[in-house]
Amino acid sequence: MSTQSKELSELIEKKYQHGFVTDIEQDLIPPGLDEDIVRLISQKKGEPEFLTEWRLKAYRHWLTMAEPEWSHVHYTPIDYQSISYFASPKNQDDAPKSLDEVDPKLLETYEKLGIPLHERAKLAGVAVDAVFDSVSVATTFKEKLADVGVIFCSFSEAVRNHPALVKQYLGTVVPQRDNFFAALNSAVFSDGSFVYIPKGVRCPMELSTYFRINAANTGQFERTLIIADEGSHVSYLEGCTAPMRDENQLHAAVVELVALKDAEIKYSTVQNWYPGDEHGVGGIYNFVTKRGDCRGANSKISWTQVETGSAITWKYPSCILRGENSIGEFYSVAVTNNYQQADTGTKMIHIGPNTRSTIISKGISAGKAENSYRGLVRIMPSARGARNYTQCDSLLIGDQCGAHTFPYVEARECSARVEHEATTSKISEDQLFYCRQRGLTEEDAVNMIVNGFCREVFKKLPMEFAVEAQALLNVSLEGAVG
Amino acid sequence: MKKDNMLRIKGLHAQVEDRAILNGLDLKVSSGEVHAIMGPNGSGKSTLAQILAGRKNYEVTGGTIEFCGKDLLSLSTEERAQEGLFLAFQYPVEIPGVNNAYLLKAALNAQRAANDEPQVDAFEFTKLIKGKMELMQMSSDFLNRSVNEGFSGGEKKRNEILQMLMLEPRLAVLDETDSGLDVDALKVVASGINSLRDSKRAIILITHYKRLLELVVPDHVHVLSEGRIVKSGDRELARTLDKQGYDWVREEAANL
Repeated sequence: MSTQSKELSELIEKKYQHGFVTDIEQDLIPPGLDEDIVRLISQKKGEPEFLTEWRLKAYRHWLTMAEPEWSHVHYTPIDYQSISYFASPKNQDDAPKSLDEVDPKLLETYEKLGIPLHERAKLAGVAVDAVFDSVSVATTFKEKLADVGVIFCSFSEAVRNHPALVKQYLGTVVPQRDNFFAALNSAVFSDGSFVYIPKGVRCPMELSTYFRINAANTGQFERTLIIADEGSHVSYLEGCTAPMRDENQLHAAVVELVALKDAEIKYSTVQNWYPGDEHGVGGIYNFVTKRGDCRGANSKISWTQVETGSAITWKYPSCILRGENSIGEFYSVAVTNNYQQADTGTKMIHIGPNTRSTIISKGISAGKAENSYRGLVRIMPSARGARNYTQCDSLLIGDQCGAHTFPYVEARECSARVEHEATTSKISEDQLFYCRQRGLTEEDAVNMIVNGFCREVFKKLPMEFAVEAQALLNVSLEGAVG
Repeated sequence: MKKDNMLRIKGLHAQVEDRAILNGLDLKVSSGEVHAIMGPNGSGKSTLAQILAGRKNYEVTGGTIEFCGKDLLSLSTEERAQEGLFLAFQYPVEIPGVNNAYLLKAALNAQRAANDEPQVDAFEFTKLIKGKMELMQMSSDFLNRSVNEGFSGGEKKRNEILQMLMLEPRLAVLDETDSGLDVDALKVVASGINSLRDSKRAIILITHYKRLLELVVPDHVHVLSEGRIVKSGDRELARTLDKQGYDWVREEAANL
């Protein structure tokens, strides 16, 4: 039995695996936010005038806005003046030209995180854009992608090399004034990924970004913009981690997707920000605005998310179904344990005729966590024959957690069909006993049952991510029973 | 054959929520043997099965259970399973989204890991299960269905036996596996059980009826009444009980 108890203690110690800090010289601007800081960020990034103005416009509007209070989460107010809005590893001036020039310590960080950045990337066939605090560090596979005309680079690089595209699409899906956190992001966003898939091109590989918050007392405000031109296709993966710290850190990202006629974007997220400890101390506030615009006919945007981390998650990846016959999908697994809070869901706005949307949401609550699904299905008068199917399932582990469902349906077109199904269940003592009698440990039994509960969503994830997602789920539910 | 007393239960007392169910139960089972435990409702048959498997809420208040030389009561539920104790459930539970193949493979690998044996891969697993599914007359789509979800009563019971055949336990405890089965299903289940019979294993059949015992012929038949074994015999005892009921055994026991 001694090997077993050893394994058990290793399991217990495993907890949050990505909680290390990388010791790297930082270029950090002092905490606080005003117009000068906004200008300084823009200047540090060598941005053109239009972008500086765009940021300032967002900042000025942000000042007039109030933090939203409608979500089912509780936290002490954030002091926006105590956050540093820009942190980057030093040596920005002589920025790396290739992977060989990237600070080995950074590469080591990514190695620890298990990101296939180096040679492993080629084997895995994943092109990775890694964002470390505020700047994008390295983008792999650039040349291979360039051969087919795909642009995949950091947002800053896109601003330098493809300003026309940025100007044309930036803020057209999530306007600067959209909401409090989107406005803040628009003012101070640091970096992120930019993707452009030209007409008729099927992106030859999965594109991937890895976000990591390293510096203390910083916020991470990344901005991602993906444009799929007519008839193109892209699958994009995003993963996130952060070190363990006692303070809460803010992460307010904006993601904009544009799918033109006949184009398809598949966007998958595995979010594993530090969730805080078992007493609810520390962790990331993940206040994110993600929206896709199915601008052209027959376009399709599919969101798949596995949310296991963050102290608080506030996130509603949405689809605006403008084009005729366009399709929006949302597949979500949100896990909360200990004192984590998640208020997440989606919005499907049906504007075009015969637009279709599917929502599958799986919420898992353990410990003292609160897990809410909040979703809106809106059928506009122009959306003849629109259809929606929504399924919300909640799974409770233990008797001190909560699951909540807030579905909103607004149908203004009488030919529309909207279906909503919801269930709440618990892992039963009978199920656990059955599995354990077959030789599985309680931990494995819970993992198996939870994975079964999430199966519909996991099978939508790209293969490598599905494996990671399952593993993450298992880690985040450790100690949830017994 | 030499009796090895693979399972040795001595003076077992147990209660559920302060209600005494077992009152000094003694039982010895050796490798190669099939024991049937019969008895009226509420006599403690299922309680015995649950206690052997290590169910929470069943409190052992006295006595000992030795299994393959180990103190069974000190082992966790999964350790007992890994040691080769299998319980075929009377009411197998549904696990939505977890397919049968996945559970079976996980169970098999948990057992192999405990015995320092190599893990079974998908190829080997398929090879292993194919013949057993044929024996149990189950179609291949069954493997992709969620565990027990939407199964008929007969399918659930056949599934229990299939799991047993895959895990090849040293001791199988079958809790009313025959209840709710029609004649054809009963034959399938019986042939499954018989295929596991060999000199290394033992089987405990918990049942109300002799009809299973006509197909899986037991070496010993015990009557459980008020938490104790009050009479033991061979297969003829099952036949007598089927004709005459349990009252005479109880009376006999009361007069002891």
